[in-house]
This record gives sequence, structure tokens and C-alpha cells, in this order.
Amino acid sequence: MKRLLSAQSAFPALASMAALTLFAVLFLHAESQTAVMGLTAGAIVVMLLLARFGWNALAASSFAGHSSQAHAAVILGVLAVMAAFYDSHFPLLMLASVLLYVVVCLGLNLQFGYAGVVNFAGAAFFGIGCYTSAVLTNHTPLPHVLVMFIGGLMAAGIGSLLILPVLRTYGHYAALITIAFGILFRVFLEVNDTLGGPQGIKVPGMEIMGWKLNDGVQIGGIELSFYVNYVLLALAMAAVAFMLVRRLERSWIGLNLDAVRLDETACAAFGIDVARWKIAAFTLGNFLAGLAGSVYAMMTGFVAPNSFTFGDSLILVSIVILGGIGNPWGLTVATAIVLILPEKLQFIQEYRLLLYAALVILILLFKPDGLMPRQVRNYLPGWKP
Amino acid sequence: MTFGLLSQYVFNGLMLGMIYAMVAVGFTLFFGVLDVIKFSHGDVLMVGAFTGLATYIGLQAIGIDAPLAQLLIMTLVATLSMALLGALIAKYLVLPLRLAPPLNTLLITLMLGSVLREGVRLFYPQGSNPKPFPRLLPDDSIAFGSFTLRADSMILLLAGLAAIVAVHLVITRTKLGLAIRAVAQDAETARIMGINFEFIVLLTFAIGSGMAALGGLMNGLYYNEINFGIGLLLGVIGFSAAVIGGLGNIYGAILGGFLFSALQSLGAVALPALFPGTSTAYKDVFAFAVVIVFMAWRPTGLIAEKKSERV
Repeated sequence: MKRLLSAQSAFPALASMAALTLFAVLFLHAESQTAVMGLTAGAIVVMLLLARFGWNALAASSFAGHSSQAHAAVILGVLAVMAAFYDSHFPLLMLASVLLYVVVCLGLNLQFGYAGVVNFAGAAFFGIGCYTSAVLTNHTPLPHVLVMFIGGLMAAGIGSLLILPVLRTYGHYAALITIAFGILFRVFLEVNDTLGGPQGIKVPGMEIMGWKLNDGVQIGGIELSFYVNYVLLALAMAAVAFMLVRRLERSWIGLNLDAVRLDETACAAFGIDVARWKIAAFTLGNFLAGLAGSVYAMMTGFVAPNSFTFGDSLILVSIVILGGIGNPWGLTVATAIVLILPEKLQFIQEYRLLLYAALVILILLFKPDGLMPRQVRNYLPGWKP
Repeated sequence: MTFGLLSQYVFNGLMLGMIYAMVAVGFTLFFGVLDVIKFSHGDVLMVGAFTGLATYIGLQAIGIDAPLAQLLIMTLVATLSMALLGALIAKYLVLPLRLAPPLNTLLITLMLGSVLREGVRLFYPQGSNPKPFPRLLPDDSIAFGSFTLRADSMILLLAGLAAIVAVHLVITRTKLGLAIRAVAQDAETARIMGINFEFIVLLTFAIGSGMAALGGLMNGLYYNEINFGIGLLLGVIGFSAAVIGGLGNIYGAILGGFLFSALQSLGAVALPALFPGTSTAYKDVFAFAVVIVFMAWRPTGLIAEKKSERV
């Protein structure tokens, strides 16, 4: 028992994941507002208690020590949640959206958390992906897998128009450029009639080599919701993006990015090409946002300018800050909270922007590292002094 | 294009330029004393306009209905309450983060802007709909051929000019202004010289926010309509204007404000003329695109910020 509960064992991490999965199923299943509120309050109390007894630190170090098992457990957890709701559309749509937004926020994290390039136009780059896939699927016979990547490339390409001004400026000036771009993009969509104007455009469902994702799946006589397809696709995308970002972070590239963020002058003095790393992080981040956007458009079947406002960009930034800037696990949890909570607690739906904004203000004032602060770089994983 | 239409465009551009310049002056003042961007500035403007509107409704209710008295009380209440709000923001949100990365200040004020905007939308009675703003200025007009000059627009233009000149005089000609400039130049030395640093910062934020409230009232009186969303766009435009002119420089802010409105007017006139079929609604797209290109050319604005970076 004692060995099971030590940081060397995989048990604390796996147990936490199992509990989290169970909670996710219960939470998504809860219908009445009182049940949802009860579960939310219960979760907060349990989290505080666990933190009090040191469980969180234990689970975190166990997680870090057994990363492959832990990663498998996370994926199994998502699959378990999917299986629990195999025939209901809404929870699966939520699940797939969370996974796609994780991809977007990973991109922002790369720009914001590692290279220190501010981007207040996250929703605009996501929107570029959405509109690219809407236009290409409606007007060209291109295969949808290709469309998905073109969406990402478009976002990266249009983003590269901003590279020169972003590189030449810094701090507040750079922030202004992305803010101006975000607003410009939204206004452009609203007045452009060929892109549907304020009404937006319909997007057909995705099809990968004859596999129509919008058709329901039947396994052994059981009818599954068609969103199962999208959850699987989004899960694969999120896992690959996550792996990519984690590998980048731990490699020499991540080290360079951190150096660029912390001190540009020192960096340049040590021969690190500041411009190159900023461009790399900005472009890759936008690519991820566009990629997720193009799948999102095909999943929801509809795009309109109202989904890509400045407020939406701010929500994306809040997710990265809430999660703890630079911490991919933190932002995954934050994405789930930020997206699912207002959907389940209807009475806060209307107040959600107000709530997040107030929450971010409190976090910046009292806990500037976020809910799950980024850990100090660990050069030899699993090594204990 | 007739002369009348052209002069209408020019006059409208001047009016907008004045409002933008007033917002930009605020940005520049804050940046001057504390090297921070208070992004909630545009939303403070919007709250100022709504405070004015609420005061007007209150005055109607208690039976004061002389337009001049109403206008004066509205201006006074809106300006003073926004000045107070600005000082509170500085004290509780901006100053505590002075040692944090500058981005955090930008973020916290951005989020505060959202709080103000959503607060008005949700808690002002029917806040999500556009509100009619009362016409309180005399509506006489003089016709010059096909161009009519409205008295109310003229008054607004002069009032805006007077406000900017007044702030400029306070900063350049008074002891208080000397203190503000001292803090802007070197906060540390200013403190050693016995200047109350916190007081000066709060006061500067109060002055800038009061200006924003005036801008909000002007905007309301000019368009006779306000809505909760005006602050965001005006804030971004004011910020762009301040940056085009060069942050920290009051002349730069004024220049930037008028340049931005000129860009918008140019976009509205030139785009449909050059590319038949494009709508005038592209004017904001055009103006912001020019701002982005401009920033690549002159990263610190027309009148560059004087600085030397110590490494």
C-alpha cells in the first residue's frame, strides 16, 4: 500500500486519471442545473482537499515519472468518455470541440508561452482555417484531408504577412498589430458578400477516402452517433499536436524559444537567431490554429463571422493564462473547463465572458503563473537527486 | 463628386479625428507616466457615455429640462466619475503590476475592458440594444451652397479642441504638469525630488479617463446613439492613433487621430472609386491594413519615442 502511494509508482497518476474520467462522464451526463452545480462545487472542494493532503504533487510527480503509461491513460480516458456517450450527439460534439480547441491553444502556447510572441488574433487564425475549408469544400473537389492541411497553411501564410511588422516591433506595438488584424479580419468577413457576409456559409461534412464522417457508424447492430468519427479524428489531432509541442519544448528548439522570450538581447549575443525562432513559433502556432479551424468548420457544418470576434480571441488567451502559461497539460484542463462549464451551467452562458475576464484579472493579480504553473525544465526525465 | 459632398466628408473626418485624438491623448498620457497601455480606455469612454445618458434620464425624472443645464451636469458627472474610475483602475490594477512583465498590464486592462463592456451589456437596462442619445445642442445650420454647416457639430469640434488644448496647457505650463513630465522622464529621480509618484500617476490616469468620458459624450451627441460596443473599436483606433503618432507624445497622438480618420475617409471615398463594386464598409479594413503596413515601416510611430535601452 505504501509503495503504491509513493511518487515512484504509476498508481497515483492512473488513479487520478480514472477519477477524472468518471467525473467527466458524470458531469456531461448531469441534466438538471442543481446536479451540475453540485458536481462543480463538489469538484472544487475535492480538489482543494486533495491539494491540502499533497495528493496533487504526488500525482504530478508520478505522472512525470511514468509518462508513457500516463499518456495512454489520458487517451483511454477520452475514449471511455466517448464510449459512455456513444449515441448522444451533444456531449460528443462538446468533447470534439474541446479537443480541437486544445490544438488551437497549443498553437497559441507555442507563440505566447515559449517564444513570447503575443497573438491577440487567435480566433482570426482559427477563422481563416474555418473559411478556407468552407470555400474549398463548397467550390472545389479537393479531398478533405488536403483541405484540412490547406486550412492550416492558409492561416500560416496569412499570418506570415504579419511577420514583418511583428518582428520589427515589440511589446505593446506588436500586440496592437495582432489586435488590429483580428478586428480587420472580422470586419472583412462581415462586409464580404462572396464569403456569405454576416450570415456565413454552410460547410459539407468531412469525407476521408470514402469514409463519410457525417454518417452514423454501426458496430454489431449498435448505432453510434456520427460525432464519434469527429471525436476520434480530433483526438488523433490533439495527441499529435500535443506530442509535437511537448517534444519541441524539451528539445534544443524549446530551449532557444525560452531564451528568446526571456531575454532577446542576451540571446542575440549568444548567437541565437531571434527572428528565426519568432517566425518559426508564430507560423507553426498559426498553422495549428488553422488546421483545427478547418476540421471544426466541417464538423459544425456552418461558419459565420460572429464566431471569430475579438472576444473569442480573448477567451483563447484566457485559456492559455488560466492553464499556466507554457504548460500544455494546464491548458488542456483549462480548455475543458472554459468550454464545457458554460454549456452545462446555462445561467452562466450569458455571463461567461464577464466571468472569465474577471477570473483572469484575479489570476493576474494574485497567481500570475496560472492554475497549474509550468514546471522547471527537467533535463533527465525520471531522474531524482 | 460635388463640392458639398466633399466638404461633408472632410467635416465628418475632422469630427471623428477629434474624438480619436482625444482617446489617443489618454493612451499617450498613460504611456508617458508609467510605460503601460491601459487597454480598457475605450471601454471607459463607453461607460462615460452611458453615465452621461443615465444622468440625463435622472435629470429628466427630477424635472430639470433646460438643455444647457442638462448638458453641463451630464458632462460634469460623466467626466468626474470616469476620472475616479481611471484613478481606481490605476491604483488597484495597474500599479500593483508595475514590476510584472508589461504584457500582464495590457492583459489585465484588456480583461477589465471586457468586464466593463459585458457589465454594461448585461446590467444596464436593455444594455445590449443601441440607445438613443439626446440632442442637447442647438440644431441651427448655415448653408454654404450644397454644404450645410451644423451648429452642433461646430460646437463639438470646438469643445474637443478646447479640451485638448487645456490638457496640453496643464502639462506644459503648470507645476502639476511639470511633475507629470518629471515622472514620465524618470520616475526614480522624480521621487528623489520629492514628487508624490503615486499621486501623480493616479492624477494622470484621472485626467486621461476624464478626457475619454468627454470623447464618449461627444460621440453620443454627434451620432445621437450609443451602444455598449463602441468602446472596443474606439479603443483600438485610439491606440492605433497614439502608436502611429508615436506613444508618449501628445502632438503625435493628435496627429495620429486625424491621420486615422483621414485614412477611413479615404477608404470610404477612394475604394469604391478605384474598384467599382466594393462597398464603403471596407473603410475600416483599409485603415487597419494601412496601420499594420505603417508599423512595419515606422515601428515606433511618426514622432519616435525617445529612449535608450540599458542592457
